[in-house]
Amino acid sequence: MPKVSLNVNGKVHHLDVDEKTPLIYVLRNDLGLKGTKLGCGLEQCGACKVIVDGKAEFSCNTPVEAFEKSSITTIEGIGTPDKLHVIQQAFVTECAAQCGYCIPGIIVAIKALLDVNPNPDDEMICEALSDNLCRCGTHGQILKAVKRAAKEISL
Amino acid sequence: MTLSSSFGNNPDLDSWLQFHRDGRITVSTGKVELGQKLTTALTVIVAEELDVDPGRITVLTADTDNSPNEGYTAGSNSLESSGIALRQASAKARRALMEKASEHLEEPVENLSVTDGEIGGATTNKNVTYWDLIGDKHFKITVTDDVLPKSPDQYHLIGNPVPAVGLEALVTGTMTYVHDMEFTDMAHARVIRPPNYHAQIQDLNDTEVRAMPGVIEVILDGSFLSVVCEREEQAIWAASKLARITVWDESKELNSKDIFVQLKNNPRQSLPVVEGVAKESPVQPFRPPENSSKTLSATYQRPYHMHGSIGPSAAIALYDAQVLKVWTHSQGIFPLRLALADVLGLAEDKIHLVHVPGAGCYGHNGADDVALDAALAARAVPGRPIMLKWERADEHAWEPFGSAMQIELQASLDDTGRVIYWNHETFSDTHMSRPSAHRENSRLLAAWHLQSPRPAPPVKPTPGFHTGIHRNADPIYDFADRRVVKHLVHDLPLRVSALRSLGAYANVFAIESFMDELAHFRDMDPLEFRLAHLSDNRARAVLEAATSKANSGFSSADDGHGRGLAVARYKNSKCYVAVVIDLIVDDYGAIQLLRAVIAADAGQIVDPDGLRNQLEGGLMQSASWTLKEQVKFDDKGIVSRDWESYPILTFAEVPEIETVLIDRPDQPFLGSGEATQGPTAAAIGNAIFYAIGLRLRRIPFTQDRVRDAAAEV
Ligand code: FES
Ligand code: FES
Repeated sequence: MPKVSLNVNGKVHHLDVDEKTPLIYVLRNDLGLKGTKLGCGLEQCGACKVIVDGKAEFSCNTPVEAFEKSSITTIEGIGTPDKLHVIQQAFVTECAAQCGYCIPGIIVAIKALLDVNPNPDDEMICEALSDNLCRCGTHGQILKAVKRAAKEISL
Repeated sequence: MTLSSSFGNNPDLDSWLQFHRDGRITVSTGKVELGQKLTTALTVIVAEELDVDPGRITVLTADTDNSPNEGYTAGSNSLESSGIALRQASAKARRALMEKASEHLEEPVENLSVTDGEIGGATTNKNVTYWDLIGDKHFKITVTDDVLPKSPDQYHLIGNPVPAVGLEALVTGTMTYVHDMEFTDMAHARVIRPPNYHAQIQDLNDTEVRAMPGVIEVILDGSFLSVVCEREEQAIWAASKLARITVWDESKELNSKDIFVQLKNNPRQSLPVVEGVAKESPVQPFRPPENSSKTLSATYQRPYHMHGSIGPSAAIALYDAQVLKVWTHSQGIFPLRLALADVLGLAEDKIHLVHVPGAGCYGHNGADDVALDAALAARAVPGRPIMLKWERADEHAWEPFGSAMQIELQASLDDTGRVIYWNHETFSDTHMSRPSAHRENSRLLAAWHLQSPRPAPPVKPTPGFHTGIHRNADPIYDFADRRVVKHLVHDLPLRVSALRSLGAYANVFAIESFMDELAHFRDMDPLEFRLAHLSDNRARAVLEAATSKANSGFSSADDGHGRGLAVARYKNSKCYVAVVIDLIVDDYGAIQLLRAVIAADAGQIVDPDGLRNQLEGGLMQSASWTLKEQVKFDDKGIVSRDWESYPILTFAEVPEIETVLIDRPDQPFLGSGEATQGPTAAAIGNAIFYAIGLRLRRIPFTQDRVRDAAAEV
């Protein structure tokens, strides 16, 4: 008997998992959506961000049952290698990834921001990324990519 | 042409390059991708030499079964060693193919030309392709030193921007890191580490845990404790339960006295360093020349720093029919295999390691340790692939840190104000504890905790050219007389190993801070003072390029504004970097970086975007170390166990960066991944001095440090 229903990237899944399981493990291990990364499990690094009802949220700590009535978008729901989203294209153009581990969480956070505000100033961008960490020091390229994406979206 | 040393173990051309009939070329390398665009650079080098479209080339993952053994990917050497080896292998392949084509087309080799792998002659309109000639076949020749690669004026790819390999996968989350691998029947495991290095298990009753849902096995070997479960969250829950109920003997504590006191007081081995090499001879006494009119001194300090990979270490191991297979993000799968063979008592040929990327590691982090953890778990649950991931706290508390360092400098000036004598002494633990074969000892973490433990081998000083502690301890300036001493200090409290740039970060921080102090003492402009002591033209060029870029288009009249400059040549033999930092210190002592300028000369530029990424990434990371980071510990253990207790640079704190690249097409390409670490730290310290008149000599420059320094004045 499936215990949990989850709407992810526009598809509803009925899953037989412990409802206390943090969302990220269900996304990655039950739905095979490995683009969402586990960085800390402590809501401190942003690697695990997904969009929940339009807002970027951590998936590493909140039990899956809390998301049953929500609609979730993961990095896979934003674009694919053959069909990059404008934001992803901007990241490619600006070479905004080194190891890339932090990048899905950052793109998710930026997608949520640009959906609401296609024309953010620097402060709003930094606010949206205030709990995203990057250890490779790709910040400069990432910020350029975000600005490029914003410009293209508001054209 | 001198042949790359990488051919020593692997002289066969076929072990480096494979041509396929469908027009693809696969390239093998013993190096592993470090998130530093190495793959892109290697692709470009091969494509250039063979005159093929880079899209035809795939760089294969390192694998102990079929890659050339090139040791470790480290020390910015990857591009130099693999790059040169592949350039030479490609040149050899091209030559062999041209000779074949010459026979085939009945044209002398001189008359042939290649366009994307298609060979044509000057007098014939017949063509033949690489894939016709050698597709799916072997060359069966060795790489020899009689073939000359292209000269730079024949290049059409190298030095121009090329799309980085694999970016689409990174931005769509479709790139497979080791954490993302999936196997049928895979189980998940976690380790439960002791509260600190010395604690041992006193008592554990695991009955309750064994009854938890999904638990397959609880593994206890000495004080090594691990749990294997069907599902990942079950492993996490079981591990946290085990952590709560295990009783540890914590009677042996860490020595948490001031680390800089320990660095001075503990037993040590001291070696003189001459021209970058440590000598097994007595250290000469400190003796400034008689004609010196003034001798100044200063002491600089750097705490323990963390690699702090964003993705905690992970590995998958499968033990089946006496053979162990491990998927790992280790930087050196061949040395790791030796280390695993020792600890597990397995023959080397019974261990098969496959490299799969992890998150950025910046040196020797937990990658190798977690491979042993996974192997131990897999041995207890044979036949099933075991995914073992470290939790964030495991990574923070157990990775080998970058060593704390103290550097004491003296400079003697003559009466014209020139430096005529320079004294540099560095006190530090080792910077190199990578695993390899150590027989009854081991550098792999879990080996220390097993029932029959293999403790870490004793630490010995490394004499090599600019290795660990004395990397960049020898200034690049023309000081007539100098004395450089490395002190390898023993019995220090924390586990350490290679962190990006090793000793260079703090040595350059010290030298370049002190140069500024001397310039200030002489009342000279810091640039002028440096140039007056510097005859290396490439170093002068980066200094001048960085300064002129910094002067253009930026000025600040703010009260707390300061600008700092620093320069170094990494390992005194690699990439030249000058950094200029503009920052503001506010009334409360908080520092905000405004702008950073990098000027770099990395010899011939292969991939400008990749180079820029590495330099700027290094600058950001160094800025983070310098402004914010310090591993905290007390006598009970490591206190910095998450990102709150070990904060790093955030998006709101990053400066704008501008990078000037100086291309030297006639010079060999030089490693650059670690070249900005040192100059960045010094440029920040120098900028703070010009902003508020306070000289900070102890990293990190936190708001509290600035306030303390202000209170002392
Ligand atoms: S993994 Fe969720 S915030 Fe770090
Ligand atoms: S690109 Fe490696 S952590 Fe951000």
